[in-house]
Amino acid sequence: MDLFEYQGKEFFAEYGMPVSPGGLAFSVEEAVGVAENLGCPVMVKAQVHTGGRGKAGGVKFAADINDVAEYAEKILGLDISGHVVERLWIEKASDIADEYYVSFTLDRSAKKHLGMLSAEGGVEIEKVAEENPDAIARIWVDPVEGLSEGNCRNWVKEAALPEQAIEGTVEILLKLYKAYVDGDADLVEINPLILTDDGRVHVLDAKVTLDGNSVFRHETYKEFDETQTRDEREKAAHSKGLQYVGLEGEVGVIANGAGLAMSTVDVVNQVGGRPANFLDIGGGANADVMTAALEVINNDPDVKSIFINIFGGITRGEEIANGIIDALDRVEMRSPIVIRLDGTNADEGREILEPHLSQALQLAPTMLTGAEQAVALAKGTKN
Amino acid sequence: MSIFVNAETKVIYQGLTGSQGRYYGLLNRDYGTKVVAGTNPKKAGTDVEGIPIFASVAEAVEETGATASCIFIPAPGVRSAVLEAAQGGVDFIVAITEGVPAHDEALFYNQLRKDFPNVQLLGPNCPGIISPGECNIGITAGHIALPGGPVGIVSRSGTLTYQALYELKEKGIGCTTCVGIGGDPVPGTSFIDCLAAFEADPDTKAVMMIGEIGGSAEEEAAEFISNNMTKPISAYVAGVTAPAGKKMGHAGAIVSGGRGTAQAKMEALEAAGVRVGNNPTEAGELMAEIVSQL
Repeated sequence: MDLFEYQGKEFFAEYGMPVSPGGLAFSVEEAVGVAENLGCPVMVKAQVHTGGRGKAGGVKFAADINDVAEYAEKILGLDISGHVVERLWIEKASDIADEYYVSFTLDRSAKKHLGMLSAEGGVEIEKVAEENPDAIARIWVDPVEGLSEGNCRNWVKEAALPEQAIEGTVEILLKLYKAYVDGDADLVEINPLILTDDGRVHVLDAKVTLDGNSVFRHETYKEFDETQTRDEREKAAHSKGLQYVGLEGEVGVIANGAGLAMSTVDVVNQVGGRPANFLDIGGGANADVMTAALEVINNDPDVKSIFINIFGGITRGEEIANGIIDALDRVEMRSPIVIRLDGTNADEGREILEPHLSQALQLAPTMLTGAEQAVALAKGTKN
Repeated sequence: MSIFVNAETKVIYQGLTGSQGRYYGLLNRDYGTKVVAGTNPKKAGTDVEGIPIFASVAEAVEETGATASCIFIPAPGVRSAVLEAAQGGVDFIVAITEGVPAHDEALFYNQLRKDFPNVQLLGPNCPGIISPGECNIGITAGHIALPGGPVGIVSRSGTLTYQALYELKEKGIGCTTCVGIGGDPVPGTSFIDCLAAFEADPDTKAVMMIGEIGGSAEEEAAEFISNNMTKPISAYVAGVTAPAGKKMGHAGAIVSGGRGTAQAKMEALEAAGVRVGNNPTEAGELMAEIVSQL
């Protein structure tokens, strides 16, 4: 789950890290109201789940209220890499003497937590990694041992942070690691972490991704679920509990199992089609979940054909076939469907489907031919 | 022969009294797996269809001599279940449960390394392991696998594993052991663990690998293959068309910051001499070709 900057800052503040006072605004009026309460100068910052906000004109320094109104007007509705700005974070501007970078994430290869610290903050870390890799000091933290103050002191030294920033940074590193671990984050990143003119180390931006699997021990994370960026199709699928990712093509895809679903999307692409989505309905493939899946795909206006690719394991072919027939009774489909059914009792399953077959409901012997049939239907080259 | 588990492996099911544990535990027993015990502190002394329930893994090990454990506990309890199994004395732990927080996985992975270096954890979020005709631990439909070898399978995906087993069976090709390592960010068992075990197993003559986007496990496997594997390998990597930044069903299946793409993985494997198919069927055909030339 991706947090907006302001949510990330609230999250950091709960763990005792210093952030700037500010307020959320959904309109120019609200932005002006927040700025009046805070007192100018303020920063007007677009809240979107993507990087490159500054370059896109989504972050502005406002010296007075007129600036606030002007920038709020400009930024609201701005499209930043496909993300339309609906909310603004207005916060008290800071005097910046120096900028740093810090993050924690899981190093899947080392199977340890990876901390990255750099005295070159405020720019894209990927760029620093490319152009000046030595400017990033890395530390691998064993989850069992945790991160000690001693570790942090050595780390800050290695990153060559200036003397006056050391105490404040060490304190923030310890708190940030605690937030990362106790908060079950996939990623916490502060870029920039700043040194102010009066010598304080301060959090100026926040990028936080939380582990959706940890919601059972973080009741409050449910609210973040509502602010995730999802298109209409993804929202509908999410509300039905389906594993769905929207893509941009015309062939709707339904498969059981994440790997098979990914593979089905690939194969549709390989035979010259464009998949409309990734959709994993899980192992069972019963009528209820199949109905939900068909409803979501049926509501996608771009879909011109549907490829259902099911492999029966424990769930037998007959059960799957009956589930599909049941689901088709419940949903009035706009697009023709190709079914590939294989695995346990596939023959019995196909026999059940047989009397229902038509131009609009075809059976395919293999995954490849099924993809070809579905792509042909989508292109209208075959009826 | 097989790797990790065989006909003699005695298995405890943590969560045998729950609906999933009971369903798959009994299916596994029907397959021939030695399901010797279940655990549930509240139901100790009872049984599930004749399988005795103990209060803890330690007690179950003491009473039955079990060496493996299979976890069907809901996600919040997996961290303590894994540690209980290791402390209880088993040396092979299969965690089927999906939805375990990544921080828990990182913690118990490192805890096991430190305190129980001889314990092998498989999963979480995996279909389990099957040595066809000998032992099936987890949720794989046993009948889709043909016993006997000569192929060993290791895979990050459940259904693609079934697909692979099935396609090999259709071609009359058997399997020594099929290991589903799962799709989570910190899998207890890696491709490399399985490749090394297959290389050492005299009955496994070739290996089929099924990977997917996310992380760098396939690239690391490719390096291992270059340096250590003498047996031929075919592979498939799912997710060529997956968009960046989206989790494709599995918690670990995500391309982030341009890393973890299927293309990079396929290239690395090919460079290591692996025959890579563009889809599961092609990988199966490549394996059939490899087997015919053995």
